[in-house]
Amino acid sequence: MVCVASTDRSAVLDGAWRVASQVAVRQEPFGALVYHFGTRRLTFLKSRALLDVVTVLDAHACARDACRAAGVAEDQMSSYEQALATLADSGMIVSRDAA
Amino acid sequence: MSAAAPGTRLVDQLETGLDAPICLTWELTYACNLACVHCLSSSGRRDPRELSTAECMAVIDELERMQVFYVNIGGGEPTVRRDFWELVDYAVAHRVGVKFSTNGSRISPEIASRIAGTNYVDVQVSLDGATAAVNDRVRGAGSYTTAVRAMENLADAGFEGFKLSVVVTRENVPQLDDFKALADRYHAQLRLTRLRPSGRGADVWDELHPTGAQQRVLYEWLLAHGESVLTGDSFFHLGGYGEALPGLNLCGAGRVVCLIDPIGDVYACPFVIHDEFLAGNVREPGGFARVWRESELFTSLREPQHAGACSSCGLFDKCRGGCMAAKFFTGLPLAGPDPECVLGHGEELLATRGPAPLPKPSVDMSKRAPRRAPAKHCDESPLAVLRSP
Repeated sequence: MVCVASTDRSAVLDGAWRVASQVAVRQEPFGALVYHFGTRRLTFLKSRALLDVVTVLDAHACARDACRAAGVAEDQMSSYEQALATLADSGMIVSRDAA
Repeated sequence: MSAAAPGTRLVDQLETGLDAPICLTWELTYACNLACVHCLSSSGRRDPRELSTAECMAVIDELERMQVFYVNIGGGEPTVRRDFWELVDYAVAHRVGVKFSTNGSRISPEIASRIAGTNYVDVQVSLDGATAAVNDRVRGAGSYTTAVRAMENLADAGFEGFKLSVVVTRENVPQLDDFKALADRYHAQLRLTRLRPSGRGADVWDELHPTGAQQRVLYEWLLAHGESVLTGDSFFHLGGYGEALPGLNLCGAGRVVCLIDPIGDVYACPFVIHDEFLAGNVREPGGFARVWRESELFTSLREPQHAGACSSCGLFDKCRGGCMAAKFFTGLPLAGPDPECVLGHGEELLATRGPAPLPKPSVDMSKRAPRRAPAKHCDESPLAVLRSP
């Protein structure tokens, strides 16, 4: 089981993240389904844009860069910050800094 | 389940269907060493046309390609298949998780240790009474002890969070707290599901389905326990009492769920084993993916459904007309209220049903009545008749 902790929201966009190794992402017309084999939790990414962000997280130094690369406008950053914090809380994405 | 970004209502998106199911049930065999009175798949005997090991592996390959995260394997009692563990290992090696339902009869300490060692295998032990008296009346003599022993073995092996799976009946509603305590004792998670009039369940539904007053008790209990108790989203018809219960509140048949039966037939959900809900077979060209993506039945289930008699009801957005299978096998129109509608509209309709016979499941592998023991020469009758076996 993954230890679920509360993620510091303000630090999310500056952090380096990747999809956790026990997590599978499946594209769907509305966005994507994300499943964690360890916690057996299923999460819905309700837009393709969020899927794009998650997909490129690993290729960027920080989540903010990943969001920009995926075409997220600056005024939308806070909703993506919230979404990424939720994904981090449930262990779907993990910090690359800690590794 | 949670949603992680703004967008349109998820329930609307899911009603139009997904590229692959979220929750796929696969009954591996109709063979079973029990004969539960409410068996949803009328199981008992093995169907000789069962998918072979190689055919099952081909289905798993397909599920891997479709990125189906996990399958719910059931039956029958799936562990009686000789290749059961081989198939589980194959699925896990192909990154398809397995959650299997069992009556516990084969969950020895060795098996328990084996499955405790992987994140990709989950177990659901079925028990329909928190006491032997209540359980065994439905699942058969000795089945309570068997299930509890399986849970002990799983707990001793260090498997935390396996599922204790309970079908809620009129007889066990008073035991909800006891079930929770039982699950907690073995570090399991309680899962409560709805009794459907499917399979042999149709024969006992009238006596065993919860009363209206019990439904209310169940609803309050589920609300109080939130996400700590799983339900397979099967009680969404109770949402009409007020606040929605956790989970996806919609009928997922053919949209997010479906059933593959032991001979490869694909039905819209595990509770509608009937020709009317048969979408195709995995042995046909194009396999499972084609059935899921192109079958006429599933395409029609993904179109907006008519609310029928419920369209003027202010609660429709909450209960969404309830369960298709429950309506179908009690002889109610699919566009209209669930037989357990919280406003009592289903009961009214049940009372005014005509004499037409109720639909029967397409499959009935129930064991035949026990054969009589052969007569013996020492019988008192002057004539001995030897019966062929």
